[in-house]
Amino acid sequence: MNRRRLLLTGGLLVAAPWLPARATPDAVADAIRAVTGGAPLQPGRVRLDLPAMVENGNAVGMTVGLDDPAAPVRSLHVFADGNPLPNVLHAAFGPAAFRPQLATRIRLANNQTVHAVAILPDGTCWTASVDLVVTLAACLE
Amino acid sequence: MTRRLALAACVLLSAAAPHSGYDDASPAVQAMQDDDGANPAMLWVATGRTLWDQPAGPAAQSCRTCHGPPDSLRGAAARHPATLETRINWSRTMHQGAPALPEEGEAMLSLAALVGLQSRGLPVAVARDDVMEAGAVEAGEALFTARMGQLNLSCADCHDGLAGGRLGGARIPQGRVNAYPEYRLEWQGLGGLLRRIRNCMTGVRAEPFPAASPEMASLRAYLGWRTNGLPMETPGVRP
Amino acid sequence: MARILLNVPKQARRGEAIEIKLLLSHPMETGQRRDETGAIVPRNIIRDVTCTYGGALVVRLELFPAISANPFLHIAARAGASGDVVLTWTDDAGLVGTETAAVEVV
Repeated sequence: MNRRRLLLTGGLLVAAPWLPARATPDAVADAIRAVTGGAPLQPGRVRLDLPAMVENGNAVGMTVGLDDPAAPVRSLHVFADGNPLPNVLHAAFGPAAFRPQLATRIRLANNQTVHAVAILPDGTCWTASVDLVVTLAACLE
Repeated sequence: MTRRLALAACVLLSAAAPHSGYDDASPAVQAMQDDDGANPAMLWVATGRTLWDQPAGPAAQSCRTCHGPPDSLRGAAARHPATLETRINWSRTMHQGAPALPEEGEAMLSLAALVGLQSRGLPVAVARDDVMEAGAVEAGEALFTARMGQLNLSCADCHDGLAGGRLGGARIPQGRVNAYPEYRLEWQGLGGLLRRIRNCMTGVRAEPFPAASPEMASLRAYLGWRTNGLPMETPGVRP
Repeated sequence: MARILLNVPKQARRGEAIEIKLLLSHPMETGQRRDETGAIVPRNIIRDVTCTYGGALVVRLELFPAISANPFLHIAARAGASGDVVLTWTDDAGLVGTETAAVEVV
């Protein structure tokens, strides 16, 4: 990293104390373990739709569900490893649900990876992730 | 070779053709605007519907008393897309005898969103000789092309000259005002043109024109006129 | 002004999906922001949302500050018998909101 970039980054950090910190990797792991109870996470079965490049981190459209729209799911969980707090949402599905899926809009503070975890009725835990680049607006208030 | 040149010319021309900020937004933002079930601005429209029937002034008249249902105002916002709030306050003070609403308050934004929605799809048609905008359009054009602020940029520098380019993660729009009030992701809420102009002027490190100043009125009049022909999208969604 | 817009079709065919779209007016204050004096603006978000159809659970959500302001939600219920979609939400300040929409199943 050249000197100019180092000075610029240092200057930004000093000038903008409102920039939120990122959650630590331990905090993310703890948050995931809190819902899985430590059960192993297997990649697959979960579908996480997020844009790779985010125009504005205040409202990012997200759809989370299972690959198989007819499969049953016990719960879906989303975590953001670059936000100040790792939890995004937990969703427990009931008998009146038509499909194991929901869409919403989330806030993302930094470039980061968003993780989805699905817990199936048999207790197995599945995961998928998306890496994102988050840009800020140019003309702030 | 000629065909390739012709294609390139088409691409360049279409980039320069007048277009709504909708075309410069990402597919995700466009989808948010297209679906009334997903557009957060509809929350304000719902509030507007309630306020439409709220009596005000000494004769306890609501908007409905004179106008009937909201859709009787279809076309009104298309003629005044940049000055909806001013016109609503005109009605309130002159016809209802009620105090003017704060232009950027929830009540005014809700009413403006409701009235603007009634003109959805209609082409913007601001008359240059409108009694309220008379003279203001010329003055507004001068302001639009005047350099200002510490960054010494005019509105035209970005919104004419650099429109289509990128600033941050977003494409620079042409500064058309066919979707106000709009839900800006940056604001996490609904806001009017006044707020947006203020953001822009702060963005070039210029002292924003005061809300009630002749400069702000002229700029809004010009922006409305400059949007002529584009379809109304109020309430829009923008990054 | 707490508003809720619940978009639900008036009719659905038995066994098919009832698409439910929800918009809630709420600032979803994260508890990370500071005001002009430098003091932290206290967290106030919608933290629980429950959706039932015909009295049976569709989904129960626990939300966190990472959910955008003016939350949007799109879920689907299975059209069994005609019934009500009922949405209930609670925020940190103890505000409880609820909205109901009837669906006729044909």
